[in-house]
Amino acid sequence: MNMDTVIEAQGLTKSYGRKVAVDHISFTVGRGEIFGLLGPNGAGKTTTILMLLGLTDISDGKVNVLGFDPAREPLAVKRRVGYLPDTVGFYDHLTAADNLRYTARLIGFRFLEREKRIAEALDRAGLGEFADHRVGTFSRGMRQRLGLAEILMKGAQIAILDEPTSGLDPHATAELLGVIRRFKSEGVSVLLSSHLLERVQSVCDRVALFSAGRIALIGSVSELGREVLGAGYVVDIEADGAGLPDRLALIPGVSRVEQTGIGKLRLHAERDVRPEAAAEVVAMHGRLKYLGVQEPSLEAIYIHYFEATPDESLKEGARHAA
Amino acid sequence: MRREGSAFNGLGVVMLKELADHLTSIRFIILEFIVMLIAVGTVWVASQDIKQNVAEDPFLFLRFFSGSGQQQLFSFITWLTLLVPLMAIGLGFDSVNGEHNRHTLSRILSQPIYRDALLFGKFLGALLTLAIALVVLWLLVIGLGLLFIGIPPGGEEIARAFVFLLVTIGYAGVWLALALLFSALFRSAATAALVTLGLWLFLSFVWPILSNVVALVIVPPDPRYTALGLQTPGTLVLQQFLARLSPSTLFGEIVVALLDPTTRALGPIYLSQLQGAVLGAPLPLGASVLIAWPQIVGLLATTILLFVIGYVVFQRQEVRA
Repeated sequence: MNMDTVIEAQGLTKSYGRKVAVDHISFTVGRGEIFGLLGPNGAGKTTTILMLLGLTDISDGKVNVLGFDPAREPLAVKRRVGYLPDTVGFYDHLTAADNLRYTARLIGFRFLEREKRIAEALDRAGLGEFADHRVGTFSRGMRQRLGLAEILMKGAQIAILDEPTSGLDPHATAELLGVIRRFKSEGVSVLLSSHLLERVQSVCDRVALFSAGRIALIGSVSELGREVLGAGYVVDIEADGAGLPDRLALIPGVSRVEQTGIGKLRLHAERDVRPEAAAEVVAMHGRLKYLGVQEPSLEAIYIHYFEATPDESLKEGARHAA
Repeated sequence: MRREGSAFNGLGVVMLKELADHLTSIRFIILEFIVMLIAVGTVWVASQDIKQNVAEDPFLFLRFFSGSGQQQLFSFITWLTLLVPLMAIGLGFDSVNGEHNRHTLSRILSQPIYRDALLFGKFLGALLTLAIALVVLWLLVIGLGLLFIGIPPGGEEIARAFVFLLVTIGYAGVWLALALLFSALFRSAATAALVTLGLWLFLSFVWPILSNVVALVIVPPDPRYTALGLQTPGTLVLQQFLARLSPSTLFGEIVVALLDPTTRALGPIYLSQLQGAVLGAPLPLGASVLIAWPQIVGLLATTILLFVIGYVVFQRQEVRA
């Protein structure tokens, strides 16, 4: 196993009787990487996560987390990996700090270290002033952050977050994504699952698109965009100047120029041609009002991919997503 | 395939947390309050009785536990037999499904502990809670007894009462293990509570009667014995065997042997066995324990069996909701 690989799954499979929940999936997660498991509910994301943690038996295949086999050495894995389950729960009658104290005791931290870690983690998750409040009074967003505080307290090398943004308002989502980015900056790898494609698109380095227990696509969002949508880059320009479309069409790499409105043009290119386009407009003494590149949207990739692939099992997955 | 690390990692932590939770729960405080009231009430009734008929009873003090003569209905032991299972079921019915329903199970199990520690810790935590409650109750009865009649108990009496206390804790363990099993089996806490209570009612009140009927059907009474006004031995043996499948019967028999030192046998006795016996003479404690030994072992075995079944169910369960 590569030094910079923290999770490596090969042909991972989980079947309940004849029903196959996860079907021979393979992926790797690197150190400090944010990896997204994306797909509709019931596509096998949570089951995959539980196998990584050794919380459910592996039917077939191999998995390696930080050099340990979760099936044989679950304690070693669970000591180093933090897990935020889908709809995380806490003991409502205990305070936030007491909930973390219980977990810290289970991990085996001694008293002084325990108190220090708990105070630090709560502060960093923005719950410092709520340490002595009962969790029963917490909102969903606060519970999620308490779950993240637990992972921070644990000092985990990998944070596994199952549907961390579901049910959160936009403000709470933004805060949560901020904490996830901070994990990355500290060298903690993050594996997150979600069915809300556009929300997690911005934080993930790489994603795996799940469908009916299989990984349909894997890679960075822009890679997938080029692979599936084919078009590569789409650059929108709003500028005036006679004959601008013809001159823009001469830029190397531009395949097509499209008029989308008065003074509005759309370039289809195989690379990011923004600098050249800007230079052309300026060279013509035109006035440049807008210049932007469209990031391929995960949702577009997802829908496009499953419409274009006439595979029966994948179609089923797309129907679930609808 | 051997797993790494100890299955008891975190056991103490889980146990202490459960203990703290139980001791501060409203549920427990109410149950404890009811039990206290009953202790005071029954000891008072027993002391009135003892004051009126001061027979030359060498085991006067045990009367506080077992009750005496006419007031059997108001005896401490009658109420304890009723309340100990209720307390145990009250503490255990939502232990596993409660964690499921609060969505805390997967979070706790993602910490470096095995499921074994969680389940066993929950069992021990609840059992320790019950033990604390029962010890307090036991001391209360002895203290009140001293207060009401002013005669100190003898060493033999205290020893018998102490063994009785241990057996009561064991009896609580049976119902606790049963409640834990159903809490792992049923996802809804209400279902688990109702099923456990139903089974308790059946085993404690319906089964003793039913076992009698079943025995009569399987081994009909022999007219030769009936003519002599005796019970047919075969029927009696079968009836006892069936009745003893219920932990309540076992507990009742142990209590009789422990709190009434003149008990010589639990079940049918042959005339030959009585040869040389001084009827009505008390047995030493060791002999009384020996009489009830099969029942004591039976209670322990039932607890272990129920716990193991619950353990297997819990181990095979999927963590996700």
